[in-house]
Amino acid sequence: MSILVYLIPVALFLGGISLLAFLWALRSGQYDDMDGAAQRILLDDDEAGGTRADERVIL
Amino acid sequence: MSCCAPSSDHLAAALTALPSDEEVAVAARDLGDGTRQIELSVPTVHCAACIRSVETALAKLDDVQTARVNLSTRRVSVRWRGDRLPPIVSTLAGLGYPPNLFDDAQDGRDPVLSELLRAVAVSGFAAANIMLLSVSVWSGAEGATRDLFHWVSALIALPALAIAGRIYYRSAWSVLRRGRMNMDVPIAIGITLAYALSLYDTVHSGEHAYFDASVTLLFFLLIGRTLDHVMRNKARAAVAGLARLAPRGALVLAADGSRDYRPVTEIEPGMRLLVAAGERIPVDARVVAGASDLDCSLVNGESAPQAVAAGSTVRAGTLNLTGPLTVTATARAESSFLAEMVRLMEAAEGGRARYRRLADRVSALYAPVVHLTALLTFLGWMIAGGDWHRAITVAIAVLIITCPCALGLAVPIVQVVAARRLFENGIMVKDGAAMERLAEADAAVFDKTGTLTLGRPRLTNAHEVAPRLLGIAAGLAAHSRHPLSQAIAAQAGVASGPDWEDVRELPGFGVEGRTGEALWRLGRAGWATDGRADEAGTVLARDGGIVARFAYEDETRPGARATVAALAADVGPVEMLSGDTEEACRRVAGELGIGNWRSGLLPADKVARIEELARQGHRVLMVGDGLNDAPALGAAHVSMAPATAADIGRNAADFVFLHSSLSAVTTALDVAGRAGRLIRQNIAIAIVYNVIAVPVAILGHVTPLIAAIAMSGSSILVIANALRLMRTARRGAAARPAAEPVAA
Repeated sequence: MSILVYLIPVALFLGGISLLAFLWALRSGQYDDMDGAAQRILLDDDEAGGTRADERVIL
Repeated sequence: MSCCAPSSDHLAAALTALPSDEEVAVAARDLGDGTRQIELSVPTVHCAACIRSVETALAKLDDVQTARVNLSTRRVSVRWRGDRLPPIVSTLAGLGYPPNLFDDAQDGRDPVLSELLRAVAVSGFAAANIMLLSVSVWSGAEGATRDLFHWVSALIALPALAIAGRIYYRSAWSVLRRGRMNMDVPIAIGITLAYALSLYDTVHSGEHAYFDASVTLLFFLLIGRTLDHVMRNKARAAVAGLARLAPRGALVLAADGSRDYRPVTEIEPGMRLLVAAGERIPVDARVVAGASDLDCSLVNGESAPQAVAAGSTVRAGTLNLTGPLTVTATARAESSFLAEMVRLMEAAEGGRARYRRLADRVSALYAPVVHLTALLTFLGWMIAGGDWHRAITVAIAVLIITCPCALGLAVPIVQVVAARRLFENGIMVKDGAAMERLAEADAAVFDKTGTLTLGRPRLTNAHEVAPRLLGIAAGLAAHSRHPLSQAIAAQAGVASGPDWEDVRELPGFGVEGRTGEALWRLGRAGWATDGRADEAGTVLARDGGIVARFAYEDETRPGARATVAALAADVGPVEMLSGDTEEACRRVAGELGIGNWRSGLLPADKVARIEELARQGHRVLMVGDGLNDAPALGAAHVSMAPATAADIGRNAADFVFLHSSLSAVTTALDVAGRAGRLIRQNIAIAIVYNVIAVPVAILGHVTPLIAAIAMSGSSILVIANALRLMRTARRGAAARPAAEPVAA
């Protein structure tokens, strides 16, 4: 049972890291625009400045 | 097909309402270090391609540092360097995304949502870990191991209660202080007592601890609360993003002839203001120079435009249609007509403030019964056994098992699903209580201009006019912004007419122009004939002789007749209250089948009528759009406004519908009615669950395992029942054709 002494803190620590990661993401504004995040994945970064504004992507 | 190409007439309609560069400059925030930032609402942005075209186009403008679209709130935030405003508005409008300014103190971020998400994360983390430890205990961990697990659980649960539970403690405390009751009170008491008892048992190496129950309960409830908040915020942001109708400022004409754009709040009586055609009058004023026609439909409900000339008084909020006006302000913004409406509205607010939400009414009965049961259980076990620890354990088990997990979710989860369903139909609901009130409505009151009608004249006798003359009239009319002219142009379509020379618009009278030798005039009969004809109405005259007469009617909203009939059948008496003339009202009432109507009403008269109906025991649904309807919207039991309504009316209404069809009213009623039934079912489920579980708890058979199973089971049942509303929504949406475009 002494293994628990290590395992429980380890489990809590790992869980705690993900909790902190979530709180950091929240604070840095990553949850401010959930719909936008879902759509932005469709945009290509490397074309920035290369396309004319009136060109539209046919999705 | 590009999903993003807005239809051309949609664009044309929106163009007239674009904020001027001066307005944008006034609204921009100075960030220090020489940069400025503006947030604009762009309701037409809705996909990745929209984001890209908006962001790249704006980023290419000189001085612009960053441009970022927020798709959830449909806003774009632009930051630029220097004092000169880049042409943001015209660029966006040129792309087909007409922007609006909006009033919102917070800049894109929502502190309440952040707090809720944080609480969900913390309680979720705690619930998962404690549940893991609890499962080990239930599977047979004993002695020192069990105590260790309980201690670890206690340590995890403490911050969870402090961070996630704070939301409930705060809400419970604020209602208790006012001597009221809401659902959060039993929740707060339940989780706290469960924690305290478990801590006591842990210290004394007890067998059972309820840390898992206490934290999972919090987690489930917070999920419901967060969803509720997200939905409501989405609706609020959508309403705030609609085009603003009241002007932010005006062009002030100084004594030395210089022109200066000032915000409305800085306009003092006596200042001379310049109001261009297409702008709204910023404050109550008197015309000094110029002549024009004013559209007063939003202010007093009159559908026919009014001619004004030097000396006339004009009211804040009316729309200047045809010619530029120079006016002298006669009142400050705070004492203008608009402010008067706000005061009337505050005075009228009554029925709504008195309304208590169903959940609060249920909990007002529920909480005392539960707490009394727990107390009696405690006393009963004391008398029966005398073991006080056993008695307290059983009493708290009763509290935990009855802790209204299902009841706390029963109402918000249905309202979230219903709000989503309404949102898909272009109807924004301000809060859940509004839906409950709508389901109770038993009388409906409509405004006429802009609500039952579109506030837009339509030519009715086009077939009586010779096609050639109609073409000539349309050619002339195309040169005018007057709504009557635009109605002719719209009816006749684009026809190749004669070549016009010397076309000029005489504000307040009409348009005239020459083709060869003939002088054509389209406008008031008296003016067109140089005073020879003594009649009212709009005519086309050639060299002073009338050749065609035009008749108009205010076009009724699509679905108006069917809606009125449905309301009369399902809800109760339908009435029309209007500020317009008796004749105009009689025609619309006759067309729509409304038997009971009143005309020529002042805003206070509308409120008085609604209060009279309320005294007769009716719960009134008010649908209106104008400034003059705002007090009535506030006074009614529940209210709706179209997206084209005055800003103040939109804010006062519980529901705002974006599509032009009036069938939104029946849709909202239908969804609210079904949501109400589901809420009652859910409450019934929660009560049945209690009736079964409480005797088991009172007899002392509830272990933490049973409590966890029972609570999750009832919550899932309640959520599944609420989701039935969504399923019927999907089926309904599939049967309907694609949604009509959202009105700007």
